[in-house]
Amino acid sequence: MSEAVALIVLAASLVAAIARPRWAPDWAVAAGGVILLLATGILSLHGARSAVSDLGPTVGFLAALLVLADGCRRAGMFEALGGAMALGSRGRPARLLAMVFLVAALTTAVLSLDATVVLLTPIVFVTAARLRANPRPHVYACSHLANSASLLLPMSNLTNLLAFQASGLSFTRFGGLMALPWLVALAVEWVVLRRSFAGELRGGAPRSARPTDRPEVPWFALAVVALALIGFGLSSLIGVAPAWIAAGAAVVLALRERAPVSEMARAAQPTFLVFVLALGIIVHAASQHGLSSAVASLMPHGTTLPVLLAVAGISAVLANLLNNLPATLIILPVAASSGAGQVLAMLVGVNIGPNLTYVGSLATLLWRRIAHAHDHETDLGEFTRLGLRTVPLGLAASTAALWLALQVL
Amino acid sequence: MRAVVWISEGTWQACVDEAAAFLPKDADVTLLHVAPSDVEEFAARGPGRLLGRHPPPPPPADPPLRAVAEEEAQALLADAQTRLARPAHTVSRRGRVEREVVAACASADLLVLARDGEARLGPKSLGKHTRFALDHVPCQVLLVWPEAPPGIETIPPPPRDHH
Repeated sequence: MSEAVALIVLAASLVAAIARPRWAPDWAVAAGGVILLLATGILSLHGARSAVSDLGPTVGFLAALLVLADGCRRAGMFEALGGAMALGSRGRPARLLAMVFLVAALTTAVLSLDATVVLLTPIVFVTAARLRANPRPHVYACSHLANSASLLLPMSNLTNLLAFQASGLSFTRFGGLMALPWLVALAVEWVVLRRSFAGELRGGAPRSARPTDRPEVPWFALAVVALALIGFGLSSLIGVAPAWIAAGAAVVLALRERAPVSEMARAAQPTFLVFVLALGIIVHAASQHGLSSAVASLMPHGTTLPVLLAVAGISAVLANLLNNLPATLIILPVAASSGAGQVLAMLVGVNIGPNLTYVGSLATLLWRRIAHAHDHETDLGEFTRLGLRTVPLGLAASTAALWLALQVL
Repeated sequence: MRAVVWISEGTWQACVDEAAAFLPKDADVTLLHVAPSDVEEFAARGPGRLLGRHPPPPPPADPPLRAVAEEEAQALLADAQTRLARPAHTVSRRGRVEREVVAACASADLLVLARDGEARLGPKSLGKHTRFALDHVPCQVLLVWPEAPPGIETIPPPPRDHH
């Protein structure tokens, strides 16, 4: 009974997040669900408190990263990146794609998937349009890399932040183990995109960057981000949690850009933070009432290559059914009990897997099909075919690279 | 004679040059550009694909992607008209590229379009949308190589005989 209620609350929160009804915002449904679980005694106060203390630092880190990315936007970082991509392309579409790869991979790794999807992708579209290059391969590349290039660092994806906390790895060890899988994922994307869009990328675009396409380089913001990265690397040595370093960087940049406090608060997306926290507590309750043992019965044990491949595959399937955030919350406690290797294999699955559909999961895709049958945006069979070419290959190759890194490092 | 010249980013110069060379002086010329609206919407609606996120809307100073796409389409059509150096109508459409091109040719006598695939003889010299337009337009077609046509030696070898 308790298990059924916890699962219904979880399902209701996910339905609200996917369907986005105006009258029932996802964060309110999830928060209401937590209150219901507490009121019915399915979740004890003690359990809720321990879940909050587990998730709190992660949510704080997430908030700091969102504000840091917004500070970079204010400083003109993304326009500058657009200018750099245009200059580096030298009027050739294939070179522009290489520049998009470089910029999207670094943006995702350092400022997270959200920054690439929300802030960089529109800039990539504008850059391609201004250069009179077909924007399709470049926009699709940017969207794919937001997922597959988010393997590298703990802050590259919310899934990584959650796993980082649970894995007990240091920042540098996480990045060290994930460097090779990250590079392999990028290589798979490059080869497949380059072949799939050979026609669009052929020859030279007739127009190269104009002087107006060269915005000022935001040196201060770049320096803040670089110092934050160095700080993350040293965090375990100096004994300061990376979240505090991110918060410091976010505040310094916001002060420099004179961002009003109200806008900083909006950039942190408080409703999203509430949603993540509440969803984490709900999954914690469901896990205690049987979800964890159900997941554990599915998951293999050990860190051999076949086991890691199975973990990545199961994680990718669940991420595609539900979305990667709930998939991570559900699998993480089980994977963490088998060690860091399984946690990282899970991340390969939940980070690369969502490229199979352009909306992140089949549940979302199904909803869009029903709700917006005549929407142009849903007419993206080509994007799905691209996903079918990159995802299975990327999953297998990156997991093999992870296995190798675990043997060597 | 009503002729439609399909202007697209990579190949428009060749189309305009062949149109200028081959079309009769009294032809009624329309320069057509079609923007694929799906890519632009895909780029603009990123936040909607991220579970639970509700980022603040972009500041009003940022031009919407649609405005950028329309501005660039107009600039391209203006460049094409200058290169053509004779009177022509310009038409800018949005939507599914291949369908819009066919629709724009409903009452035309001739479509001028360019190959946009591989630079050698064979079916791969046509991109997907170009192939669709070529197969479906209800009028005559002038099909242009964007650069000098490849030599006869680039023809694919004949299929092996099976006895």
